[in-house]
Amino acid sequence: MTKHLTGSQIVCEALLKEGVSVVFGIPGGAILPLYGVLSQYPNLRHILTRHEQGAAHAADGYARSTGTVGVVFATSGPGATNLVTGLATAMMDSVPMVAITGQVGRAAIGTDAFQEADITGATLPVTKHNYLVMRADDLGRTVHEAFHIARTGRPGPVLIDIPKDVFMEMGNYDPDAPLNLPGYRVPGKADEAQINVAAALINESERPVILAGHGVVLSRSFDELKELAEKAQIPVVTTLLGISSFPEDHVLSTGFPGMHGMAYASLAIDQADLIINFGSRFDDRIVGDSKRFSVGSKKIHVDIDPAEINKTIKVEGPVVGNIKDVFAQLIPKVRKTTHVPWLQHIEHLKAEHPSLRIPESDRLMGQHVVKALSDVTKGDAIITTGVGQHQMWAAQHYQFKNANSWLSSGGAGTMGYEVPSAIGAQVGNPDKLVWSICGDGGFQMTMMELATAAENNLPVKYAILNNNHLGMITQWQTFFYNRDYQAETYTRNPDFVKLAEAYGIKGIRVTSQDQLESAIREANAHEGPVVVDFVIEKVDDLYPMIPAGQSIHELIEDPN
Amino acid sequence: MPTRSNGSSQRTISALVSDRPGVLARISGLFRRRGFNIASLAVGRSEEPGLSRMTFVVEGPDEVVRHVAAQLDRLIDVVEVRDISESNIVWRELALIKVKAPAGARAEVLELVNIFRVNVIDIGVESLTVEITGGRQKIDSFIELVRKFGLQEVIRTGRVATLRGTLIEGEEDGLFQSDASASTYVLPVPTDQTGSV
Repeated sequence: MTKHLTGSQIVCEALLKEGVSVVFGIPGGAILPLYGVLSQYPNLRHILTRHEQGAAHAADGYARSTGTVGVVFATSGPGATNLVTGLATAMMDSVPMVAITGQVGRAAIGTDAFQEADITGATLPVTKHNYLVMRADDLGRTVHEAFHIARTGRPGPVLIDIPKDVFMEMGNYDPDAPLNLPGYRVPGKADEAQINVAAALINESERPVILAGHGVVLSRSFDELKELAEKAQIPVVTTLLGISSFPEDHVLSTGFPGMHGMAYASLAIDQADLIINFGSRFDDRIVGDSKRFSVGSKKIHVDIDPAEINKTIKVEGPVVGNIKDVFAQLIPKVRKTTHVPWLQHIEHLKAEHPSLRIPESDRLMGQHVVKALSDVTKGDAIITTGVGQHQMWAAQHYQFKNANSWLSSGGAGTMGYEVPSAIGAQVGNPDKLVWSICGDGGFQMTMMELATAAENNLPVKYAILNNNHLGMITQWQTFFYNRDYQAETYTRNPDFVKLAEAYGIKGIRVTSQDQLESAIREANAHEGPVVVDFVIEKVDDLYPMIPAGQSIHELIEDPN
Repeated sequence: MPTRSNGSSQRTISALVSDRPGVLARISGLFRRRGFNIASLAVGRSEEPGLSRMTFVVEGPDEVVRHVAAQLDRLIDVVEVRDISESNIVWRELALIKVKAPAGARAEVLELVNIFRVNVIDIGVESLTVEITGGRQKIDSFIELVRKFGLQEVIRTGRVATLRGTLIEGEEDGLFQSDASASTYVLPVPTDQTGSV
C-alpha cells in the first residue's frame, strides 16, 4: 500500500521494514530533517557517537557480531568523509552496512556549498554500491535495494546520499515496490560439475587441509564446516578472519597461518597435497610469495565472488556459490575417511613447532595478558582488536569457544577499529561479555568513543596492551630498517586510568603478572565499562614471523 | 592481435550497463586504480531500454585486464561484461579528419579519398574534411598518407565492436585472430606477485 510521506519518514519506515532497530551516527545540518522525525519512530534507537569513524566501526561491529546490517547516519561534507575509513574497513572484510548521509540541497550540489562533499564520488572504491537520491519518490526503493545489496552475495557497505531538501520533500512510498537491479546476481548453489570436481579432488587427496576464511563466518556455516572436517578427517586452518569459525579445542583445529600465524598451520599448508579454501581470498598475508605458496598442492577455492577465483593463486577446483549451499552439495559427495598418517604428521608439526610458547619472563608481556583473558573468560567473550602486535597476540593466544566471537580489521588493517567496534558488538549482544584488546596506539585513535560507552552504560571492557610503542613498527624497523627507530615511541602517553576516570569509567592499572587474574575478574564483575591499562614489556617482538612477500621457508620461528 | 613482448596488449571489452549517472566513473575507476589507460571508449544506448553498451579498449597486461573485467562484472550497474579481444568480432571506428588541401594539392588528396572510399563531408577554400570508417589500421594509414598535406584536426570516436553472427572469416582489418573458445573472459593467473608491503 502506497503511503504519502516526507523523505525522512520514508527512510525511517523503510529502515524499520528492513528490521533495523539500532543506528549509530552524528547529526549535522544536511541530515537534520532525518533526525527531526526520529521521535516519531521510537523503535529506531539512535546511538550518538563522538566521531563518524566511530559510528561506522560501531555499525561494523554490530553487523559482524549479529549477522545483520549495521546502519550509520552522518551529515554532509566532513561528516560523510569521516565515514570513509569505516566504509573501507567494512568493504575489505565484506561486512554488510548501510550508510545514510545528508547532502546539501539539490540546487546547491556542485557549487562548493558549505559542507558539501562529493561523497558518492569519494566512496566509489570503498563501497559495494552507492546512491545519490534526487527524488523522495525513489527513497523507499533505494533503501530496500541498498539493504538487499549489502546483505546478499558477498556482503559489503552501501552508501545512500540524500540532499537535505529530498528529506523534506513529500513522496510516495510503496514498501512492496520491486527492486530494480538488472545487473545484480546473487550466487546460490554452485554448478554441479564444479562440485563433482571438488569432491573428486577431496576424495583422492591424502594430505588435505581446509582453509576456512571469513566466508564461513559470513555465511554462518559453522556446523557444516565441522561436519565436513569430521566426516573426511581434514585438519582445519582458519585465516585471521576465519578465527572462531571452528572450535579451537577441536582435535582437527590447526591454528591460523601466514605472516604471524602458527608455524604448524603454515607448514601444514605447505606440505598438503590439497588445500580446500572456503571463503578466503588467498590474501597476501597468508600467501606471501605466490610462486612458492604450497607448490605441491592442488587447490579448491569456494567463493561467492567469481572475481576472487584465480586472482592470486591458480586453482584446480574453482567453485562459485554461497558457501552454505556448497557445503550442503559437497558433504554427501565426500567419502567418510580417515587420514591417519597425515593427522599424525600434523600432531608432530604442532609438537615440533609449538609457536604459542610464551617466553619465560617475570615481567608482564602482551601474551600473558591475552592468555589470562582467555583463561579467566574461558574463551567465552566476544573479542575485538585493532591492528598490530596486540592483534596478533590476541589471535594467537585467545582460545575461542564460540562461533563468530572474533572481530578484527583484517583486510584494511585499521588501527582504532577496536574501540568503537566493541561498542557495536555490545549493543548487538547486550548479555555477552565483550573485551576489546587494544594497542596504546590504536586506542588513542578512537578513544573518544569511551564517552559513547559511558553514556549508554555499555559494559565493554577495554584491555590496553600498553608498551608506549607502535610495537609492530618498532619490530619492522628492527628487522627491515637497520634498527633505525623513527616515530615508533610514544614518550607522552596519557595516564589511561585517569583518562577512563575523566570519562566516568572505571580504570584499573596492571603492571605485573600476579595482578592479571584479579584485575580481569574485577573488570568482568563491574557493571559498566572498564579500561584496564596493562603496562607491558617495552619492546617485545612478535613470533613466528614470515617477512612480507616471502614463504614458509623464510619463517623466523623464535630466535630466543 | 598485437601483443607486446611484456604480455601487454590492447584489449577490447564490451559491457552492457545501466543507463544511470555515475556508471562510467565506477567502470573507469577500476582501471584507474591500477594505473591503466583507457585507449578508447564508446558509449551509447543499447537495444534494451534503460541499458547502454560501452566498448572500451584498454592497455595493460592481459591477465590483469581480464581480472579487471571480472571485477567489472561485480559492479551492480554492470549487467554483462565480456573481454572480446580474442573472440571472432567485427569492429569499427570513425574519424573526422580536416586536412589542408590548397588548389595545388587538392587533386592528390581526393585521389587518396577515392582509394580509401572516404566521404568528403565539407570542403573549404584551403581544407577539406573527410569522414573515414573502418579498423584502426585503415584510419592510421589514411592519416599517415595525408599528414604531408597538413593535418588540421583529427577526431576519432573510439572503437565499437560486436561478436560476429557467423564464424566466417572476415576481412583482415578489424578482425582479431579467431578464438571461439575464449568468447568470455578467462580468469587470470598473475605471473608475478610484487608490491608486497
